Amino acid sequence: MKYIDEYRDKKLVDELVSQIKRRSTKPVTFMEVCGGHTMSIQKFGIPYLLPDTVKLVSGPGCPVCVSSTSYIDRAIAYSRLDDVIITTYGDLIRVPGSTSSLDKEKAAGADVRIVYSILDALNIAKKNRRKKVVFLGIGFETTAPSSAAGIIKAQMAGLRNFFLYSSHKIMPPAMEALIDEGVKIDGYIAPGHVTTITGTAIYKNMPEKFGLGCVVSGFEPVDLLKAILMLVEQIENNDPKVEIAYTRVVKPEGNVKAQQILYEVFELRDDWWRGLGILSESGLKIKEEYKMHDAEVMIPVEVEPLKEWKGCICGEVLKGLKNPKQCKLFGKVCTPANPVGACMVSNEGACNAYYRYNR
Amino acid sequence: MDDKILLGYGSGGKLTHELISNLFVKYFSNDILELQTDSAVLDIGTGKVAFTTDSFVVDPVFFPGGNIGKLAIAGTVNDLAVSGATPVYLSASFIIEEGFSLSELETIVRTMADEAGKAGVKIVTGDTKVVNKGKCDKVFINTSGIGLLPEDKVNIGSGKNIETGDKIIINGTIADHGMSIMAAREGLNFSTEIESDCACLNGMIRSALDVSENVRFMRDATRGGLATVLCELAADRDFGVEIYEDKIPVNENVRGICELLGFDPLYVANEGKVVMVVGKDDAEKVLSVLRRNEFGRNAAIIGEVTNEHKGKAWLTTGIGGRRIIDMLAGEQLPRIC
Repeated sequence: MKYIDEYRDKKLVDELVSQIKRRSTKPVTFMEVCGGHTMSIQKFGIPYLLPDTVKLVSGPGCPVCVSSTSYIDRAIAYSRLDDVIITTYGDLIRVPGSTSSLDKEKAAGADVRIVYSILDALNIAKKNRRKKVVFLGIGFETTAPSSAAGIIKAQMAGLRNFFLYSSHKIMPPAMEALIDEGVKIDGYIAPGHVTTITGTAIYKNMPEKFGLGCVVSGFEPVDLLKAILMLVEQIENNDPKVEIAYTRVVKPEGNVKAQQILYEVFELRDDWWRGLGILSESGLKIKEEYKMHDAEVMIPVEVEPLKEWKGCICGEVLKGLKNPKQCKLFGKVCTPANPVGACMVSNEGACNAYYRYNR
Repeated sequence: MDDKILLGYGSGGKLTHELISNLFVKYFSNDILELQTDSAVLDIGTGKVAFTTDSFVVDPVFFPGGNIGKLAIAGTVNDLAVSGATPVYLSASFIIEEGFSLSELETIVRTMADEAGKAGVKIVTGDTKVVNKGKCDKVFINTSGIGLLPEDKVNIGSGKNIETGDKIIINGTIADHGMSIMAAREGLNFSTEIESDCACLNGMIRSALDVSENVRFMRDATRGGLATVLCELAADRDFGVEIYEDKIPVNENVRGICELLGFDPLYVANEGKVVMVVGKDDAEKVLSVLRRNEFGRNAAIIGEVTNEHKGKAWLTTGIGGRRIIDMLAGEQLPRIC
């Protein structure tokens, strides 16, 4: 298959692995920020191929995982309103809130629909003018521009019954907060899709302020191994910098048009991240001009009091301080079928990836 | 008759009789069914009998490569065949939504008759219910089946005789059924040539059993896909399962859609695939018999039973990495069969 097989080529993989083994002398830990990377790394069995000197840890780049339980609780509260249709990406539906989840509400009669894009949600709003259609906007710079485009479309089409409930966040504050918190890593495997939108400028603090290398990677094994090799080279040459290993997709300046649309609709706000707490200017809020499509502003709702599980170490997992197997709940109380924390639910969650591929 | 199923067709009265005579008996016609007694009376000798049942609620009812009727026959026939049994008799029960098209029902029934004929089984009893519009989706079918199980095949279902070193075989490309259903669903607007692999495998399985006494385990890889069967195979056992990703046949189109939608083909449903565990000395022989059958042309040895990692299935990935194969939590795709 074109654009897939080339990047899963065994010979290329073998060559990259042997170069990594040849070059790597210092023990290093790299963090793959993105949940998609975590999944690929586990699915292809990449840790098995790496030398003992190179360790990978997963980071905070799973949007479902870092979102707060109170976000889910509010979505659940919306779903309980008679005149609301919830539209969401499939990942969110099983995430546990304080006492329920969207799929439990669905079973109890709530109108919760899985969509593949915000455009599907807009169509649902068109067909159900008497209902309020709430789209759960979640994700980093990757999905935020499409949410923004959806809001602009809704406004142009006069779809006053369409609302976005934003949990959108941006990546750099979390990457910096981790280092500030003292998480010990030697370089970042930077997220490919986020960088496709943002460009590489967002990482310039990493080498300059923190002395850490950042290599933007794609999601295939050859991409990831190439990124790991580039990071190893940087370490061995003592030359941390921002580089792109995913040049077929990522341009240094990013997707300028998508950036413009994003900041046309959203502005930065302080936001809460699981494991990291409140990070300044890390979340995306709908601007005043578009507030008629902001669920938080337009649909008041009473949300149940927050209740979080004791013993769940999602927070530490997201910071790369612990791996999922170190959690007492992992695989016993907390499984994909009966998840306690969001990291076990999401397809991109570290606990889910470990459970599926690495037990 | 009008083309719509009316509630009256399930009343037990005149309309029901009309439907039974003009549709079910007409197509399923055989000496036992024609008696139209409350129970079918069967003469099956004195040996062991395999008995299974399955319900079919696939959405959409018609999909590339088959329909719910074909699925209902193949599903039950295969459940019997993979147990080592020779399927002989089936029942067929229909729950039909008021307003469903009679001509579509006829197409489904005709397909079932054809499929049963090909598989050499008789549909000897059945039932029809009609429910109010909206109380079921178009048509649901239940089939049960019995097969004759020779004494020397009784352990195939449980895999009691599996030995270290045995080879693991699959009869062709995986994930075709699940992805054909996915592509046929509304809301995803792409066209593909993917067809469901839905088929009765009893003939092919028989030819394998005829050449080897060392087929030690069989299971059809339906919901949950190949991965689930491999996990079930290894679970709580004194051996491990070792699989090589690059040996697993996957149709190129199917792989493409899986990549696009984020499905792992290992977990996608099949309706015409059997996983066999065969003594290592017989593996090539069985493989070549399978490959001569129309449903086994792409058959492949995909792994083996090992002494290591007991109770678990491990995969060597296409790039040489290694990882565990685990069961899926929750449904990857609802209502695929």
